Amino acid sequence: MSLSNKNNRRKRKIKKALIYIIITLLALIMIYPLVWMIFASFKPSNEIFDNSHLLPRVWKFDNFVNGWKGVKSYSYLRFYMNTFLLVGGVILGNLFSSSVVGFGFARGRFKGKKFLFSLLMGTMMLPGTVTMIPNFIIFNSLGWVNTYLPFIVPAFCGGTFFVYLMIQFMKGISTELDEAARIDGCSSFQIFARIILPLCKPTLATVAVFSFVWTWDDFMGQLIYISEMKKYTVALALKIMVDPLAAIDWGAVIAMALLSVVPSIVVYFVAQDSFVEGIATTGLKG
Amino acid sequence: MGTKGRLQKKKRRRSYDFLFVLPWVIGFLCFTLIPYAYSFYISFTKYNMIGTAKWIGLDNYIEILTKDAYFRQALVVTIKYVIISVPLKMFFSLLVAVMLNNKLSGSKIYRTIYYIPSLLGSSVAISVVWKAMFRKDGVINAFLALFGIQGLEWIGTPSTALWVLALLAMWQFGSPMLIFLAGLNQVPSSLLEAAEVDGATGIRKFFHITLPMISPMIFFNLVMQMIGAFQTFTSAMMVTNGGPVNSTLLYVLYIYNEGFTKYNFGYAAALSWILFVIIMFFTMIVFKTQNKWVYYENQEG
Repeated sequence: MSLSNKNNRRKRKIKKALIYIIITLLALIMIYPLVWMIFASFKPSNEIFDNSHLLPRVWKFDNFVNGWKGVKSYSYLRFYMNTFLLVGGVILGNLFSSSVVGFGFARGRFKGKKFLFSLLMGTMMLPGTVTMIPNFIIFNSLGWVNTYLPFIVPAFCGGTFFVYLMIQFMKGISTELDEAARIDGCSSFQIFARIILPLCKPTLATVAVFSFVWTWDDFMGQLIYISEMKKYTVALALKIMVDPLAAIDWGAVIAMALLSVVPSIVVYFVAQDSFVEGIATTGLKG
Repeated sequence: MGTKGRLQKKKRRRSYDFLFVLPWVIGFLCFTLIPYAYSFYISFTKYNMIGTAKWIGLDNYIEILTKDAYFRQALVVTIKYVIISVPLKMFFSLLVAVMLNNKLSGSKIYRTIYYIPSLLGSSVAISVVWKAMFRKDGVINAFLALFGIQGLEWIGTPSTALWVLALLAMWQFGSPMLIFLAGLNQVPSSLLEAAEVDGATGIRKFFHITLPMISPMIFFNLVMQMIGAFQTFTSAMMVTNGGPVNSTLLYVLYIYNEGFTKYNFGYAAALSWILFVIIMFFTMIVFKTQNKWVYYENQEG
């Protein structure tokens, strides 16, 4: 008995050690592109593709200085301000719409709610590519092309994922409080603003971080709607820097690419639990 | 009188509640329903930036399905890309999730390392890095040279370029992995212990208890990853730009080229409807097989 127990424990130990080895090796592979990126950004351009050493011989900030100068007369300061403006608008929009609409579906009583909810769920899996062309035509005729409105206005109407996330969370809140408030004569709006909304902070955080990351990375939308360089986002500026027509300054490109992923990583570390929560509860793509 | 007043008040409250969902209803009409209808309409027209839409019936569809070699290329390439990247991504995410589910110390750090690529992978920045790493003189070939393997021009070779993109997709297995981890967490340990008492081995437990229990997550991940993979754009544009010789002309890149570099709106709309049908077709297949392999503990839930 004790022998087999010992055997078992040994087996388990070996198994655990094996798992550690495998997941550590895999983790090294996974993180390698980022590590490479960090070191490459400090190397002079002619050293980047000399792979004899991972670490730069001399650490230089030239790439950051050169890259930050940006494209033509616009520096990356401009591109970052633009991106933050765009992303900020989208976050505000999503916070507003997801909480208000989520409340309407989770708590509201009105005719046709079931029907609208099934519509909402139906749009969840609709591929966005079908609306790419008509949306462009519509926004173009409204004069919204080359502004950030094609991103911000739809956000104020509500992204399906965020609304769904909010509904799920609000449904988990006990209705006792709002029933009591209703008896006291509170209106739906008061219940929303004074009772439900303050309880939704964790989910609002999840909505904010996902809005941030997705909008930051939404290259295709930015490519379609933003044409003037003074309105360029960071992603578009990076694209221009690797334009095959020009000679690529790889050092500067990689330095700016590195800087461009920093905000997302910072947001992740600050709000790690919001991410995990959001992914685990609705299976959001990350 | 009193009850009537209360009834009226209740009714008023009901219509007022509708205001909460109004933003979404407006958004649904303006950014989903109308664009879908409009897209359907212009797919039957010849329409470019300057002129107005001119009705040409089924001509766009006929041309796409019978004459357009690029369409066929894009379709073949995209399906190949989906078939390579999605199952491998699913396999890795499940495998790593199962390993991480062993109550390891430091599992939070591993989780972070595996998730970060998902967070960044669809950005232009990472595409740029990929492009640099897979060059002939890039770091991938330098690594292979350590084992005496002669590297290739991965991005410049038609037979390997698509694999470079598929690898980038697989690198982002972190978010399905997190979903699997959440699922694995919910497998009741009492069930596993009971099986252990009955003498079930680890592998048997995995295939007969764990796998069925997390099959809803497998189903969900499969559907979402598939829909996502069909619509990959950034890497195809930034790493390979569809080349060489259209070997990575992913479907959405082709739509983009038709719509936004040639401004053939009608043609591009028709292309997107065909993609829509293809995605729905594949999704339906997965949904249809659902009751054969997806196990829902609570059938009503």
